[in-house]
Amino acid sequence: MNRTMTSVAALGLALIGSAAAAEKVKFEYWYGLSGDLGAVVLETCNRFNASQDQYEAVCVGQDSYDAAVQNTIAAFRAGQHPTLVQSFDAGTADLMLSGEFYPVQQMMKDFGIEIDWANYFPGIANYYAASTGELFSMPFNSSTPMYYYNVDQFAKAGITVAPDTWEEMETAFNALKASGSTCPMAYAPSTWIDLEQFSMVHNVPVATNDNGYAGLDTTLEFNNTIHVKHMENIKRWLDEGLLQLRTTQSGVPARDAFLSGECAIFFSSIADHATVGKLAAEGFNWEVAMIPHYADFPRTNTVVGGASNWVLSKKTEEEYRAAAAYLAFLATPESEEFWVSNTGYIPVTKTGYDALLAKGFYNEKPYKNRDLALKSLNFTPPTNLTRGIRLGGMIQIRSEWTNEIDAALAGQKTMKEALDTAAERGNAILARFAKTYEGKTFP
Amino acid sequence: MRRAYFTNNWVAALMVAPQLLIIFVFFYWPTSQAVYWAFTLEQPWGGGNTWVGFDNFRTVLSDPVYWGSVKVSVIFALASTALAMVMALILALFADRQLTGFKAYRIGMIWPYAVAAPAVGLAFRFVFNPNAGLFSYINTVIPDLWNPTLNGNQALLMVIIAGAWKLVSYNFIFFLAALQSIPRSLLEASAMDGARVLRRMRDVQLPLMAPTFFFILVINITDSFTDSFGIVDTLTNGGPARATDLMVYKIYADGFRGFDYSGAATQSIILMLLVIALTFVQFRYVERRVHYT
Repeated sequence: MNRTMTSVAALGLALIGSAAAAEKVKFEYWYGLSGDLGAVVLETCNRFNASQDQYEAVCVGQDSYDAAVQNTIAAFRAGQHPTLVQSFDAGTADLMLSGEFYPVQQMMKDFGIEIDWANYFPGIANYYAASTGELFSMPFNSSTPMYYYNVDQFAKAGITVAPDTWEEMETAFNALKASGSTCPMAYAPSTWIDLEQFSMVHNVPVATNDNGYAGLDTTLEFNNTIHVKHMENIKRWLDEGLLQLRTTQSGVPARDAFLSGECAIFFSSIADHATVGKLAAEGFNWEVAMIPHYADFPRTNTVVGGASNWVLSKKTEEEYRAAAAYLAFLATPESEEFWVSNTGYIPVTKTGYDALLAKGFYNEKPYKNRDLALKSLNFTPPTNLTRGIRLGGMIQIRSEWTNEIDAALAGQKTMKEALDTAAERGNAILARFAKTYEGKTFP
Repeated sequence: MRRAYFTNNWVAALMVAPQLLIIFVFFYWPTSQAVYWAFTLEQPWGGGNTWVGFDNFRTVLSDPVYWGSVKVSVIFALASTALAMVMALILALFADRQLTGFKAYRIGMIWPYAVAAPAVGLAFRFVFNPNAGLFSYINTVIPDLWNPTLNGNQALLMVIIAGAWKLVSYNFIFFLAALQSIPRSLLEASAMDGARVLRRMRDVQLPLMAPTFFFILVINITDSFTDSFGIVDTLTNGGPARATDLMVYKIYADGFRGFDYSGAATQSIILMLLVIALTFVQFRYVERRVHYT
């Protein structure tokens, strides 16, 4: 009897609940960030849902960028996809060519939402824009690589200024080693840092066609640029004990080796700034600096990493209206400040940045010097080569590079041979991609 | 031998229908999709595809990296199967001897089978960690001897050990069951004839276990080809320099991570044919030597 009553009551409550919810327009948002960062995304959703009573964002974490895009594709093919998805750079080429999205700039216009598009940093906006300059997706979590260094170990080695060039960096490595450090720098091969952002800083091409922006008949160029010399240096530094390999697979990732004080330097996204700050032991003195360049090449801007929010096609107008409201909510300075202060990411709009500067946000720990990332992104206006990279099969090309670098680091081949092979195999992937989308061009 | 027949074939059809339906939905239909994709270039977002005939197969089969992956998979399958069978057999033979504490031991042996592959990978990542794990002691004795992050052979060895460890408990259950189904009278009789423990194992127990050996061999080989994904994914990501890039992991990396659906479908078809062929060979040539009674 009691049980029946309870279930009747529960059913009634459920009905009331769903009736109340039915008044709101729901839309789904799938995101790839996980852990601490994922929790902040979810909190942002909750803030949106609490801020108004017309729309409800149903936010679903997918655990990783990879999975977010994979699952969205699978869902899209079955007609069960979300309205909004957070997609990373490597997923961009396929999505753009498929045309299965609603360009955000168009959508905001259609729903009469005013957004000052010129307010976005050009280095960030350009990356997500069509050739016409129209924004296809909404910049969201934006980062760029930096290097993190241990201030006390630098002082002990007599290094007073953080190295700006790789030449100075080598001197610093040697000074650190001479001062007793067994691991001046924790190194983990990363296409994003060692190849893509490295090429941006030096204004050298990764691939032809302005890094793929101008067409699909692209070939890779990185085996003929300063990148080769740099990777040869990396190998030499590893052999000389100036770098130590610290990868996730080896059980001690570079960041952990840095935090434990074993290694004095490591390279990572600025997004790690918050995590390092949180995990660093009391009294652990650390700083960030822009990634170095070779002295022969004047520094140019790095490009935005992270991910952006895409609106997918084949949804109802109601859902689009709700998604537009959500994106407009994200674009407010308050949301931007909430996002930036709770994660290591950087603001994407000029007003957002200025507001934070005016508050002295970047002068104090734990946010101190985090805006160096913005300086790196905006160091020069983007050139044709530093606008970004738009290659099909990017994940496979990255994996070819990683595998060949592994082989070269293990001494199975020279660095030049390895990069030649990686480029040759990458070219086959690009050709295959062009054939899959035969007759199409990037919009 | 007497056999029972259904006089009404419709009833029979109705009985097997659910089973057939499940097989169709979860096996034949996806397989046919994969076969179709293998002959086309499929756009991931479903924008259409182009028929390319055997082009995908030509691309895959002429790729030295793919053959490297096949080689690694075969080594992995043979080595982990051999290791898992030998280990499980030794453990089962001793569990069967009913030494002190064998019951607790028997239960303990079964547990690892319930551990998911990625968890196995994570556990072994700690064990084999060259900087902080148990194996780092090797490096304190001889510096830089153990480094699976750079040394491909060591990485493969690591994956084989983890893969075998996962199979051992499954094999153990079957071997123990086989040993226990051997009539005690046979063992007692041979003991009376003066055969000692090792002799009894070699001449009585092992030959009588032949059908189980065969079953385990087929299952283990198939399993190592198709179910090793989780271990590779957590332990090595296929590296270093593709040294542990098993076929099934490569399919995942190309298809799901790299959005090359057609290339991955082609590789799946080849893997499926390979497993079918291997199973066929085992039934055709190995099973002949097995006596069921």
